[in-house]
Amino acid sequence: MERLERRMGLLAALPIGLLLMVSFIMPMVVIAGFAIMPQKVFELAHMPDFSSFAVIWEQGYYKSLLRSLGLAFLTTAILFVVCWPLAYGMAKVFGRFTLVITVLVVLLLFVSENIRLFGWNLTLMKGGLIEGHLRAWTGLSFETPLYTWPAIVFGMCYVYFPFMLFPLAQGIALVPDDARLAAMDMGAGPWRILFEIEMPLAAPGIVVGCLLTFVLSAGAVAEAKLLGGRSVVVLTDDVESAFTYAQNWPLGSALSLMLIVIVALIALVPISRIDLDAIMGRRK
Amino acid sequence: MVGQPFLRIENVTKRFGRFTAVDRISLDIAEGEFLTIVGPSGSGKSTLIRLLVGIDEVTEGTISLNGARIDEMPADKRPTCMVFQSLALFPHMTVGQNIEFPLKVRKLAPEARRARALELLALLRLPADYYGKRISQCSGGERQRVALARALAFDPQIIVFDEPLSALDYRLRKTLEKELKDLHGRTRKTFIYITHSLEEAMVMSDRIAIMRAGRFEQIATAEEIYSRPVSRFVASFMGEVNLFALGSGADGAPRWQDSGITAAPGALSLVPGWNGTAMVRPELIHFVDGGKGGAEFTLSGRLAAEYALGSRVQYAITTDAGTEVTVERPFEARLEAPVGSPVRLGWDRGSVHLIAEGAGDGAA
Repeated sequence: MERLERRMGLLAALPIGLLLMVSFIMPMVVIAGFAIMPQKVFELAHMPDFSSFAVIWEQGYYKSLLRSLGLAFLTTAILFVVCWPLAYGMAKVFGRFTLVITVLVVLLLFVSENIRLFGWNLTLMKGGLIEGHLRAWTGLSFETPLYTWPAIVFGMCYVYFPFMLFPLAQGIALVPDDARLAAMDMGAGPWRILFEIEMPLAAPGIVVGCLLTFVLSAGAVAEAKLLGGRSVVVLTDDVESAFTYAQNWPLGSALSLMLIVIVALIALVPISRIDLDAIMGRRK
Repeated sequence: MVGQPFLRIENVTKRFGRFTAVDRISLDIAEGEFLTIVGPSGSGKSTLIRLLVGIDEVTEGTISLNGARIDEMPADKRPTCMVFQSLALFPHMTVGQNIEFPLKVRKLAPEARRARALELLALLRLPADYYGKRISQCSGGERQRVALARALAFDPQIIVFDEPLSALDYRLRKTLEKELKDLHGRTRKTFIYITHSLEEAMVMSDRIAIMRAGRFEQIATAEEIYSRPVSRFVASFMGEVNLFALGSGADGAPRWQDSGITAAPGALSLVPGWNGTAMVRPELIHFVDGGKGGAEFTLSGRLAAEYALGSRVQYAITTDAGTEVTVERPFEARLEAPVGSPVRLGWDRGSVHLIAEGAGDGAA
């Protein structure tokens, strides 16, 4: 009986498995293949070497990798702090009003990311919505905050906000009210309750939210381009240049592979330690 | 201690919007007492203890402990601890970490915490190796004990229990009821326990408070409540008791309204114009053989059903007047008659407890 069930499960998973093989795993394999090809070749039929990785090291591409990871980390940290109170309210306090917030945030996603970022660009640029009005009315002026790394972090926080908010709210909903009340009853203050009761019990939501934000931010292209304006070069810029202007597929592939492997390693540790079933509502 | 009770609840009212959950309640509790509050759901018993531990705030009235007011003290500062219905154990911590939590809050050194936790495990008869176990590895009864150990570790002046046994099966519940009473005896802490089961309350408590619609209906010992309930409500709360409507005429002679009861002359006299209920408990009614061995009150009917309860047998009787009466006999004195046979029931004046109309409403 159990064997039959297992076989049925395998069979049911076959179509999506095949689709993922072709559309998801295959490109990765191609990337991995190109990463060990000599510089500037366009087939996989060459003697493998590791020249791309040598180039990455020699020409300092690892710096943009560190920059990408740093900005992604900062974005994740800021979003976590910003979203926690709101997510808490959505899960425990607001009641029906939660639906309104959900709808508002989801509506935001209906507009293309690039358009929304252009909107910020127009708002923040010199002579844009804010500075332009200020100058016209008061004659005062200020330098645009655009084309700096904080602008990129701001843009990523803005774009990936829902990816942190909703998993966090889900996670906080897992915290039983009684556990919080019991801790309070035994003399625990709000910070202790937050760190020792609520955060550990909401861990599945925290991990999912942080991973989504981190992985997406580490691979983000548009924010750096539109708000960073190439003044801050992140790894995804390098990947794009290598594939387009430089026509160096092996270098682009090696850079991508590096990012994929590092982000996967960072993601695997917490994922292996949380109970994903809990947040999907399938508690054992 | 003279003139100053340990815990005093005075005129406490709690309103949620226009709904009054607790209505001007006053109660004194002695140190080391085991008091159980019994009431149906919605009677306000949970609200009352939430006020007591500080999860909710009182609308009016005061709560004081040893003469000092505690009703305005936040929950984390009050010397009370609640054992929740859900137990509220922390699933991400081990048994040991759960028990040590209140000690950690109090910034006790790790070795001292561990020593105390092991002591409490022993007190609650849990093996010492449970210290490192996960909560999910514990059975229902063991979780119960861990929750108790945690509450004892906090060392509050009062431990409040919010129906913690209600989710357990019957046999385990019976065992834990006795253990809890035993633990109360050994720790001499003040326990306030709430439940909807009067039976559970009777096993454990020094005193029982029966609650109804935000008020106490009766506060008394188990024995007192069992034999002399003050109202129909309290009486019916005991489950299978027989309640007969009773009144008296201008001469004080009892009138058993349509119940078909025959009373021996002079067996009962009432004040003229009395109205109320006569309660007769099932085990105080016996079967009367035709002719020999009479009783002061008799009632005839037919045996409708028979239920074996182990040491006792319960009978459902349909009287000739069409009402239902419950009778319980010890197994040794069971009635050997087929269902449907005519029976005569009898009891004496001493088995009748009178409850006047309207009694209990706002009493105590």
